[in-house]
Amino acid sequence: MPPPPSVIVLIPALLRQYVDGRSAVRLDVADDADVASLLDGLGEGRPLLEQRIREETGALRRYVNIYVDGEDVRRLDGLATAVPAGATVMIMQSVAGG
Amino acid sequence: MPAPATTLLAIGTKKGLWLASSTDRQEWTLSDPMFLMEEIPSVAIDTRDGRTRLFAGRMSWHFGPCIAHSDDLGGTWAEPREGGIRFGADDDAALERIWQIQPDAEGRPGVVWAGCQPISVWKSTDHGETFTLNRGLWDHPHRSEWGAGFGGAAAHTVLPSPADDTLHVAMSTGGVYRSDDGGASWEPRNRGISAYFMPDPDPEFGQCVHKVARDAVDPDRLFAQNHHGVYTSADRGDSWQSIAEGLPADFGFVMLTHPHRGGTAWVIPLKADGERIPPDGRLLVHRTDDGGSTWEGSGTGLPQAEYNAVLRDAACVDTAEIPGVYFGTRGGSVYASADEGRTFREVASHLPDVLSVRAAVLPG
Repeated sequence: MPPPPSVIVLIPALLRQYVDGRSAVRLDVADDADVASLLDGLGEGRPLLEQRIREETGALRRYVNIYVDGEDVRRLDGLATAVPAGATVMIMQSVAGG
Repeated sequence: MPAPATTLLAIGTKKGLWLASSTDRQEWTLSDPMFLMEEIPSVAIDTRDGRTRLFAGRMSWHFGPCIAHSDDLGGTWAEPREGGIRFGADDDAALERIWQIQPDAEGRPGVVWAGCQPISVWKSTDHGETFTLNRGLWDHPHRSEWGAGFGGAAAHTVLPSPADDTLHVAMSTGGVYRSDDGGASWEPRNRGISAYFMPDPDPEFGQCVHKVARDAVDPDRLFAQNHHGVYTSADRGDSWQSIAEGLPADFGFVMLTHPHRGGTAWVIPLKADGERIPPDGRLLVHRTDDGGSTWEGSGTGLPQAEYNAVLRDAACVDTAEIPGVYFGTRGGSVYASADEGRTFREVASHLPDVLSVRAAVLPG
């Protein structure tokens, strides 16, 4: 039986404390997975990580960027952007700060 | 002979938190920075119940705000995994910044209040582990009319009364609101406070009150530093009277009261709304010992020239018998006085903008 479809989520250095120091997390995904459901899965059992990425309203934090296979989801369908099996999803802090 | 008590000074800045400690409030030891590159707009040192818990209201521009606490003087910090300060799914709001962390009176040791942006007040009854949104204020019919000061729309002052269930909140902009029932219901209490920047300069609410402090002896007496205007109230905020006469300017952000003696308060004036510098570039801490009838400025130990502002929570007093007075500037200097604000010594310099300071004599 083949393994369930999965994706790799790359974690920025400042958030690795919430995933046992790992730089990447492999997550199983459903056929119709999108970024929102992927973040739901990533945040499962990791509420502090979830809070760093999304606001309470569910919106992606303004200075957090997410790329699916190199494409900025804000230029696609936002949190509704599809995440195909085998994709690489990168979470990055944007260029900001003073 | 017992060891001298340690005084701890928490310094929240635009790029992290520092702790300074001293056994004589003259010589200070400064820690390494914590939460480097995060803004720390609020800090608190809770010494009730014979233990010390530090709180930090953290704000990462990338990853948002959170409240953290430490039970080992900053050695390690914990964030509530669940609870914390978080709006619910139905509130259609996201926490932006924690402006105030206020432990309640000695008689309510588990209670900690927080004032936040967007304008909201939160209450913890478990020493700051979990917080609940105060619905009375959040659902107030005035909320849609409250505005934002330059720093954002925030409840920046939460003042529980040690005497009863009275609670005062100050917000920018909105003014002072009072609850007589522990936070269940709220009414504006701004009569006498000017809102010169509005078409009606004497509205029921909408004032930009920068800071409110409660008198040490008479819990009904309040002092307020307004966006232009310095006031006192003898009747729990029902009415306010100007006490600005005798000050070099009526603008500023700081209002402190003595922890033990009635009628004593401190302000740090800035020249004006449009000129947010110490008057004549001379940083002075002004003090009244008669409820605001007269003021005396002191700059002993402070720089001859200073053009940085002191923000509303970047000043505090400790609770020693002869209390210390502390403040930090947006230029990153922190000063401490061990003699009630008569003379100052520099605790730290060249830090990032100082946003918040709190000091406490640690339990032995």
